[in-house]
Amino acid sequence: MSILLDSTTKVIVQGITGREGSFHTEQMQAIGTAVVGGTSPGKGGTTQFGVPVFNTVADAVEATSANASGIFVPAPFAADAIMEAAAAGITLIVCITEGIPIQDMIRVKDFLRGYPQARLIGANCPGLITPGQAKIGIIPQRITTPGFVGMVSRSGTLTYEVGSALSAAGMGQSTIVGIGGDPVLGMAFSDVVELFEKDPATTHLVLIGEIGGSDEEHAAELLAGGSRLKAVAFISGRTAPEGKRMGHAGAIISGNRGTARSKEEAFRKAGVAVAETTDEIVELLR
Amino acid sequence: MKLLEYQAKEVLASLGIPIPPGTVAHNPDEAAAAFARLGPVAVKAQVPVGGRGKAGGIKLAKTEAEARAAAQGIIGMDIKGYKVHLVYCEAALEIQREVYVGFTVDRDARANILLLSAKGGMDIEQVAEESPEAIARLYPNPWRGPLDFELAQLVYDTGLGDLARPLIATMKKLYRAIPEYDALIAEINPLVLTKNGDVIAGDAKLEIDDNAAWRHKDLEDRYGSVLEGDPYEVEAKKRHLTYVSLDGDIGIIGNGAGLCMSTLDLVERAGGRAANFCDIGGGAKAEVVENALAVILMNPRVKGVLINVFGGITRGDEVAKGIVTARDNLNMKLPLVVRMSGTREEEGREILRRNGIEPGASAWEAARKIVELTKVGAGRAQSAI
Repeated sequence: MSILLDSTTKVIVQGITGREGSFHTEQMQAIGTAVVGGTSPGKGGTTQFGVPVFNTVADAVEATSANASGIFVPAPFAADAIMEAAAAGITLIVCITEGIPIQDMIRVKDFLRGYPQARLIGANCPGLITPGQAKIGIIPQRITTPGFVGMVSRSGTLTYEVGSALSAAGMGQSTIVGIGGDPVLGMAFSDVVELFEKDPATTHLVLIGEIGGSDEEHAAELLAGGSRLKAVAFISGRTAPEGKRMGHAGAIISGNRGTARSKEEAFRKAGVAVAETTDEIVELLR
Repeated sequence: MKLLEYQAKEVLASLGIPIPPGTVAHNPDEAAAAFARLGPVAVKAQVPVGGRGKAGGIKLAKTEAEARAAAQGIIGMDIKGYKVHLVYCEAALEIQREVYVGFTVDRDARANILLLSAKGGMDIEQVAEESPEAIARLYPNPWRGPLDFELAQLVYDTGLGDLARPLIATMKKLYRAIPEYDALIAEINPLVLTKNGDVIAGDAKLEIDDNAAWRHKDLEDRYGSVLEGDPYEVEAKKRHLTYVSLDGDIGIIGNGAGLCMSTLDLVERAGGRAANFCDIGGGAKAEVVENALAVILMNPRVKGVLINVFGGITRGDEVAKGIVTARDNLNMKLPLVVRMSGTREEEGREILRRNGIEPGASAWEAARKIVELTKVGAGRAQSAI
């Protein structure tokens, strides 16, 4: 079992002929993801990696019954690609693209209210992987093993690092979801936690947050209401200064809001163990 | 990109919002000339942070000598880490009443929010804490913007009904900073009602989304060079690096924002202080590593460098070669500690070893090592864990 994605999920890749799109399509196929097609405007009718290429998402969905999409198009076109996917009936939209203007994402979020069945992950995220079954995005299979730990994270490489440590310690993962580092995101920590809560295969939970916003605090509130999951949280950016964007557009402390301390306190108050270093995550999860 | 006050006002003026007459001065002579043209002026430090007034960065000048003295005193000041290079001399307003109006991004709501308050001239966050009922809020539809009746509701809710017309007009114009300039913050505080009955922007704050910089090359061309702040950040930007200057002495390079931030945290935990944040992204290409190292080594405070690269599909041998080449090209003599992993990580570590850099697998060990090496000040050791 898993959340959001398994080996039966029919995936298309938007931007399948681009550099990133084609590289990662092969990686996704290599681990068994059911990639059923892709889009690239003007290249409809051709084939890439053994799957058909379509001009539009609507065409791809009609021909393949795809229900999920990975978006690898450049930032200026990514917001439109997300909305195109939702309008075509895709229910799991994973946007890897980094650098989408925030106002574009605000309009996307408003647009998606008209498509309540569509879930957006990202943008500016590594995507998600259900180890041993499928992935959409760029999380390397080699850091994962199938298992019982649900992971949700705002960071890419930090997720790989923790996933790798968990795998080495014999703690496999049910699904790993990278929700992304932008300030205006699709699924939030709490949305993903809710799904893990309902997934019988998931018994443990790792949350990897960072400074900025209050999504971690909201997830803590949710967990404080009672959870069957054994949870550990880690927050990066304890030493980050106020008012500076630390790499991710969303990683910024504004005044006294969005600090690592506030997030850690919220988790502790909710009864969630807080790891001070990534090494501690494995110990605390045992 | 946070615009300076005078730049933000120029943008607001282009949207049709009235601003007081003013001029930029780089020295006391120019301030004196501004006085000659404008009469009594407020001489204001131009820095991209709030709290200038409290820091002594705003002075009222009623004579030419005062204007000169104010500029003399303010230029060169350090305000919250920003050196003042220029002042804005602006005709002093005769204030009858002050209002707050501002758009910002409400991250929780994933939407823009418009705030209006009759308590102008105060820090809005302070108002929100002390008297939240004094602020009216609206989430404008991001496709069509706020409608007149929505804005009217805000005006009446805040008891500003007598200013309904000019306020609604100002809010509509200010909103245009969002679709037209990708503003993340567009704020007028205070919006001044003068004794003559004019409604005019007393101060202005505008932050433009860096992700949308490609849509606003005009702003970058006009203001980019003026906004130069920290010299290392400026150099890093030229080299397309994600870099933030910090106040410690250990240079940090990491791949991925979260990993890089957690590396800073580890260094502090080990008793050190990071000199910078530098995220070289997923690929960790040789050229990028060299660029990052070059910028870090520009800073004379830096006593050593920690590189933390976790490779998912990044090839460890290529990363290692890149690090060695960068070190050699830059003739780097300071302590260098490398923690790396990824595909072909063993080959990578072997390359580091052969070149006098002993690598390790744990970020925590690496952080402790660089702190130790830089504390001792034993310059040459590049053997890490």
